[in-house]
Amino acid sequence: MKSIYVLVEHREGKIRDITWELLAHAAQLAQVQEAEITALLIGAQVEEFIASLQPHAHQLLVIDDPKLRDVNAAVYQAVLEPLIKERQPYLVLMAHSYFGMDLAPSLAASLQLPLVTDAVALELSDQGPVATRMIYSGKVGARVALAPAATYLITMRAGTSPTPSGGLNATVTKLPCPFSEPISQKRFLEYIAAQVGDVDITQADIVVGVGRGIKEEENLPLVQELAEALGGVLAASRPVTDAGWLPKDRQVGSSGKTLKAKMYVAVGISGSFQHVVGIKGCETIVAINKDPNAPIFTQADYGIVGDLFKVLPPLTEKIKALKASS
Amino acid sequence: MEIIVCLKRVPDTAEAEVKIAPSGVAIESERLTFDVNEADNYALEEALLLKEKVGGQITLITLGDEESEDTLRMGLAKGADHAIRLADPSFEGSDAAAVARILAAAIRTRPYDIIFTGCASADFGESQVGPMLAANLGIAHAVMATKLTVQDDKQVRVERESEGGGFEAFEIQLPVVLAMQTGYNEPRYASIMKIRKAARKEIQLLDRSQLQLAEDQVGRSGSFSWIEQLFTPESGKMAEILTGTPEEAAEKLAGVIKERGIL
Repeated sequence: MKSIYVLVEHREGKIRDITWELLAHAAQLAQVQEAEITALLIGAQVEEFIASLQPHAHQLLVIDDPKLRDVNAAVYQAVLEPLIKERQPYLVLMAHSYFGMDLAPSLAASLQLPLVTDAVALELSDQGPVATRMIYSGKVGARVALAPAATYLITMRAGTSPTPSGGLNATVTKLPCPFSEPISQKRFLEYIAAQVGDVDITQADIVVGVGRGIKEEENLPLVQELAEALGGVLAASRPVTDAGWLPKDRQVGSSGKTLKAKMYVAVGISGSFQHVVGIKGCETIVAINKDPNAPIFTQADYGIVGDLFKVLPPLTEKIKALKASS
Repeated sequence: MEIIVCLKRVPDTAEAEVKIAPSGVAIESERLTFDVNEADNYALEEALLLKEKVGGQITLITLGDEESEDTLRMGLAKGADHAIRLADPSFEGSDAAAVARILAAAIRTRPYDIIFTGCASADFGESQVGPMLAANLGIAHAVMATKLTVQDDKQVRVERESEGGGFEAFEIQLPVVLAMQTGYNEPRYASIMKIRKAARKEIQLLDRSQLQLAEDQVGRSGSFSWIEQLFTPESGKMAEILTGTPEEAAEKLAGVIKERGIL
């Protein structure tokens, strides 16, 4: 029987949502090919998580040690390397999170094992796992095959899981931390919280996001005027804050803010996965983009395919007129 | 300080239409424009800033065809000292694990303190090569790095992005691989004069045998993964497209906003 390991990701006393998704992926794979699901819980004082994980795995391996307190991929690697070598699970599922991205590639290279990062789907074939991932700005999908190996490592994108898992009752096995001296090569120092700016875009009812399509900083007033006409605030996708045209605290997405607006208008934003995770909670999404195949249109409720420089001026006027008449 | 920057030349697909080639495992690249990978450009800038601050020399490395020498020359024009292109027909089909192995073979033969890469490539976006390179060299790494402070000749303080706009700070022993995030410096432009000067600079070529790599360590046979099939994503849920001239579309959108009572 195949063995599927899932690395539990937790932070500040809470199991991250992606962990439940990974367990659901594991459960779905176990339905197709009989497999045993093992949840791997690593950290310091992680006992409190055990009960909530038990229904989602057959086995729970717990490595609880004060040396494992910090969120440090180098420390996790020192735990996982000997464990994977010894137990040789068929699959190890990890999150394609900022933590998983720091951990999985060097773990795979050290163990000389196949790795797929940022998978959105996973199947098991007779030749091994086949992962699906998105490439070229999300415009093309790729089915990725893997060379035969004892263990395959996969990091999965958030928001891709099937129905939640449950109904199991994992046996709990506690394992010792495999090293006695702390890892000195890379030492965690501190967490620095996100900066707080003059406008909190997470609290706004109406948000207008501007992306790469705006081309020049000088063109920003065009979008600002639309935001003002709507009584909303201006936000941005990564390329715009990277260029320094808007402050970092206006950035929407995985490395920025998560919105819960009544309406989000994406202007000149192609809709990368990293951006889209920040707008999923918005009630109505509108996209204005010149590329009819831009992924943002699959996220939006309403779309205008066109040149934003031609669409925005009349749109701002119509909104002003609408406001004046109500 | 011995500084190395790994650069990749990639097609710009963010604002372009992307078509799958008849082979089904690659895209049609003829009509696409190519440039240095965005994150690599930020990594190069971080290297230039570091050199200005603490001194030393910068070596650029790329794995790619002759056209990727443009990318190296751009880096030389900006202030890098040396450039190496890793080129061999057998490198074709290398996955991230094989690319990291080839880069490590090239870097291992020279002194290095800090190796910069981008945190992700704009084409495949696997975010693997930087940390895999570190593992091949047996040194530490940080991905999504945003800020570097040299403490002394033994260690650096590195900040990296974490979810939600926060940062994690680490103290890391040298040598280190830093996979740099975009947006935390301002990549410079090279002057025309320096670009002209860089055009005459020597680019060192290294092939597989010079790197002392076996045939089964590179290319498809040295890879753990390969693309089996490309496909155009199903659009699934699709927005209701408001058609017409810009004025008409704007009018329709204003109507939707009114109808939905959003304002």
